[in-house]
Amino acid sequence: MTSLTNTRGPRRDFLPSSSKLRAISWRAVSVILTLAGLLALTFFMGRLLPDDPVLAVTGYEVDEATYQKVFKELGLDRPVWEQFMSYMGGVLQGDLGRSLTTGQPVVQDLMRAFPATLELALVAALIGSLLGIPLGIAAAVNRGSWIDHLARVIGLAGYSIPIFWLGLMGLFVFYAKLNWIGASGRVDIFYEGMTPTITGMMLVDTAIAGDWTVFKSALRHILMPAAVLGYYSTAYISRMTRSFMLEQLSQEYIIAARAKGLSRRSVIWRHAFKNIRVQLLTVIALVFGGLLDGTVLIETVFGWPGVGQYLTRGLQFNDINVVMSTVLMIGVLFLAVNTASDFLYRRLDPRTR
Amino acid sequence: MTHPTIVSHTRPLPRWRRWLETDTPESVRHAAFQESWTKVQHFRSQTLGMIGFWLLMALLFVVIAAPLLATHDPNVQDLSQRLMPPSSENWFGTDHLGRDVYSRVIYGARTTLRIAVLVAVIVAPIGLIIGATAGYLGGIADEVLMRITDIFLAFPGLILALGFAAALGPGINNAIIAIALTAWPPIARLARAEALTIRQSDYIAAVRLQGETSFRIITRQVIPICLPSVTVRVTLNMAGVILTAAGLGFLGLGAQPPHAEWGAMVAVGRQFMFDFPWVVSAPGIAIAVISLAFNLFGDALRDTLDPRIA
Repeated sequence: MTSLTNTRGPRRDFLPSSSKLRAISWRAVSVILTLAGLLALTFFMGRLLPDDPVLAVTGYEVDEATYQKVFKELGLDRPVWEQFMSYMGGVLQGDLGRSLTTGQPVVQDLMRAFPATLELALVAALIGSLLGIPLGIAAAVNRGSWIDHLARVIGLAGYSIPIFWLGLMGLFVFYAKLNWIGASGRVDIFYEGMTPTITGMMLVDTAIAGDWTVFKSALRHILMPAAVLGYYSTAYISRMTRSFMLEQLSQEYIIAARAKGLSRRSVIWRHAFKNIRVQLLTVIALVFGGLLDGTVLIETVFGWPGVGQYLTRGLQFNDINVVMSTVLMIGVLFLAVNTASDFLYRRLDPRTR
Repeated sequence: MTHPTIVSHTRPLPRWRRWLETDTPESVRHAAFQESWTKVQHFRSQTLGMIGFWLLMALLFVVIAAPLLATHDPNVQDLSQRLMPPSSENWFGTDHLGRDVYSRVIYGARTTLRIAVLVAVIVAPIGLIIGATAGYLGGIADEVLMRITDIFLAFPGLILALGFAAALGPGINNAIIAIALTAWPPIARLARAEALTIRQSDYIAAVRLQGETSFRIITRQVIPICLPSVTVRVTLNMAGVILTAAGLGFLGLGAQPPHAEWGAMVAVGRQFMFDFPWVVSAPGIAIAVISLAFNLFGDALRDTLDPRIA
């Protein structure tokens, strides 16, 4: 194996070995199978619907001829597997059908809503990592101390308090009582549409435009929802960091480093932490799954015009196409993040080679 | 932990304690009882776990005695008394239809416990059977079953439950089915991992040599071994189940009005929240306390029953 070769020297394994190639192709096949499964799942979910999909298009007062016409147009007269094939074909070409409420293609709607969700999730993940990792390390290093207990309490609260409720309480205290933050939306209403859309992320766009008043307004709006979401990430990240660190700190190389006379700080950061960085990457990827879950509720609470709000709007108006497409998109996104983190893990962690 | 028999007592122990703690068990059953007793003792030594346990007992009591504990009918509206602050008459105030928030929180406990129990009852057997079968049989069966499990795991939990609930239509039973459909994969994964470790063991080989069928080996040998860790996992996941149920209720996909459900109560109270915060605070705290109880209880149960996955 390559573990004995000098890793700083030129890499001899620039071409994947056959066993590696097999592992990679197997991974690819399994991702494709899972994707097909996601499609099948959302397709059949749509079929479960107790409401008649024809009536959802035509409304309830419809004559027989129109009903039959729409029935045919929707392809409901064809066998189920044929319908599934055409659904899959459509999805592969980026066609998820139209939204019944906005009248737009669902893909367009999703593309417009996505940057808002991405921005929220990124800021939340940033908050979660910046708070969670140091907290987890401090808890592991000072095991049993007050900071360890604090980390535990934060974790327990994060696993117990409903996120939508924490969001509402945040609104109540920081908006209604203290007026520190903006109400719903991404910026104050009179700044709406003033900044040219480049990335779709308000903080980035306003910074590019150099429009610092709108930037401030955007910051005031994103801080609370991102902080609430980030709190849940903090709970998870600190818990995982703590257990990874505890595992490292019990290793013999740590004792050796201490015996050598290295400082505490150096042992913690240059030795133990260095070894858990890659593991943390996977944890942060997993956190995104929780964030996607959380954004659906948080966007509803804070009126944040992202994918989650689009989904709950679809639910409200019984727009099943919107609901299933959004569920599918989130599933694909989650799968992509997980696959990417898995890939990075394999590349970055020499122990997996 | 000090062993109970070493502790000297001023008074002699009651007979049943002596029977449970003797150093010389008389039969296999006696020894089994003793082992369970040690576990009970171990659990009781965990303060947080005991807090969780008593909170859950309190929940059970509230669920059973709801008609006695409630001061009002949870569904009776009195518009002249709408949005009243907490008082000696309405302990947690009244909501926008003049209903007593305290009584609705009490009755809401029934909805929550019903969801939690039914989801556990559906999920544990499904996860056990799929996981144990996949792990024990291996090969193609394993591959197919785990691929299906992966598909369900590829969605964040609430999103998938939301999709199912939307497809099935609103209502508490549909919410239970939707949550159950999303909650089984981690259980199956766990059961599979357990089954994988024991399928190579000698005693399974011995049973197989005696001519036992795979079906009987799975049901008689593999599933019982998986049971403790699956029980722990189901308990630990209950907090998540309750939060998902509350989320669905908040989005209008759970129990339908006028049925009292904590998540739905928060959703309805939302628009009055700034001026009348009690309509959302009480149900939210109730959700948090119960999922906290499940978390504490589950953690302690894990330390007691299955130190391996700690």
